[in-house]
Amino acid sequence: MKERVILHSDLNNFYASVECLHRPEIRDKPVAVCGDPLLRHGIVLAKNYPAKATGIQTGEAIWQAQQKCPGLVVLPPNFGLYLRFARLAREIYASYTDQVEPFGLDEAWLDVGGSCQVFGDGREIADRIRTRIKEELGVTASVGVSYNKIFAKLGSDMKKPDATTVITSDNFRQTVWPLPAGDLLYVGRATKRKLASRGVTSIGDIALADPAGLRSLLGKWGEVLWAFANGLDCSPVVRMGEESQIKSVGNSITTPRDLKTDADVEMTFYVLSESVAERMRQHGFKCRTAQIYIRDNNLCSLGAQGKFPRPTQLAADLAAKAMTLFRAHYAWEKPVRSLGVKGTDLVAADCCEQLFLFEDEERRRKQEKIEATVDDLRHRFGHFSIQRALLLQDEKLGAINPKEDHVIHPVAFFKEGRLP
Amino acid sequence: MTIMEERRYCNPDKVYVSVKAVFYPDGGFKPTSLIWEDGCEYPIDKVTDIRRAASLKAGGTGIRYTCRISGQTIHLFLEEDRWFMERRGS
Repeated sequence: MKERVILHSDLNNFYASVECLHRPEIRDKPVAVCGDPLLRHGIVLAKNYPAKATGIQTGEAIWQAQQKCPGLVVLPPNFGLYLRFARLAREIYASYTDQVEPFGLDEAWLDVGGSCQVFGDGREIADRIRTRIKEELGVTASVGVSYNKIFAKLGSDMKKPDATTVITSDNFRQTVWPLPAGDLLYVGRATKRKLASRGVTSIGDIALADPAGLRSLLGKWGEVLWAFANGLDCSPVVRMGEESQIKSVGNSITTPRDLKTDADVEMTFYVLSESVAERMRQHGFKCRTAQIYIRDNNLCSLGAQGKFPRPTQLAADLAAKAMTLFRAHYAWEKPVRSLGVKGTDLVAADCCEQLFLFEDEERRRKQEKIEATVDDLRHRFGHFSIQRALLLQDEKLGAINPKEDHVIHPVAFFKEGRLP
Repeated sequence: MTIMEERRYCNPDKVYVSVKAVFYPDGGFKPTSLIWEDGCEYPIDKVTDIRRAASLKAGGTGIRYTCRISGQTIHLFLEEDRWFMERRGS
């Protein structure tokens, strides 16, 4: 089989670069884009190279960053602008291949195997893309070129900014294997610690370890990592449009203050459920299962899920289910910092449905109509034009607008249902 | 103490201008003149190049129209729905 040609493009310091492009006066200063401290999102989201040089790390609190670098320019994020730049970057990728798989806003895999005849080999295409991103968008990208997604991603991390790194099946033992194990996708803190306990510290160590031993240490991830380290990853780059097959609709939020009572939690669940239900209606789905996610103020998190007796797209159903799950799984040892609600097991909203004998079906239809009407009102007159009375009890919690405030969702490499 | 700077992009080298354009019946358009911040209108003699480009000086990206105006070459950027130019000199 012909070897694949896969690129991984990573826009360097994306948020900070876009801000610096638009504000020439701060380009040479240390800059960090941070979440809003008043909403308790006050951590570093991105920083430029002068800021990086002072040791600032993504995820740090603003005050920590300012201690390391007193002259730091702290900027609020402008997600609308970043989305526009991400879209423009994807338009550039799309002129070389239709197999573009975004990984967050600033990264994407491209399978350019089919267009090498037209545009040249992987390195040439990577260089063209870098040049175009620099000239057309005014920001820089690092591109990794390889024959699988894992090595392509490693490549894009190796030389920054504005560089191309090629990893081939001939040289990966020299280039990839000396790297620390933590650089490999999906080796997080816990995995790294477990590996280190067996003396496995580099990617080469993982590659040369016994896969059965890794499996006993890490479960099935052990074998996956072993395959990654040996360049045996063969997961495809998802074609544009295919990735949009929605498997679940969810929303989570770090609340403006810690939640201390069931009433607080219920309010937040209603806010989230309304936005999830609205999005399900928008996309024409009903869900058969609800999932919740809870994180306490010690940052310990847990999840739970439960089935509905029948598919639903009602916010009231979702919120009630979320609350039942919450009561069953959370013992209130600590106040709650973040909550999430997700509808999964999706079915098309217009598919046939089993009616219930002992339930008021008419009332249910009415309920559906009410919620759809609320969507319509909000669309025309704004999110806060109509609200549940429940949400008026607390100004801060009721004032969250998850649908419009949160446009960026984290992504996973293995999307649901596509585990290896 | 303010922790965070305001979100504003006011760059003295980015000059937003009014632009007059012709829209063709078969789609597409061409800028025909621009009105500088002092109110003077300058007819565009010729558009020599159209491409997407970033402006590091003005800070932004858009469709860049390279235009001839009374013997001089200038860059006119269409950023979303606003036109801007880079201030010369300074």
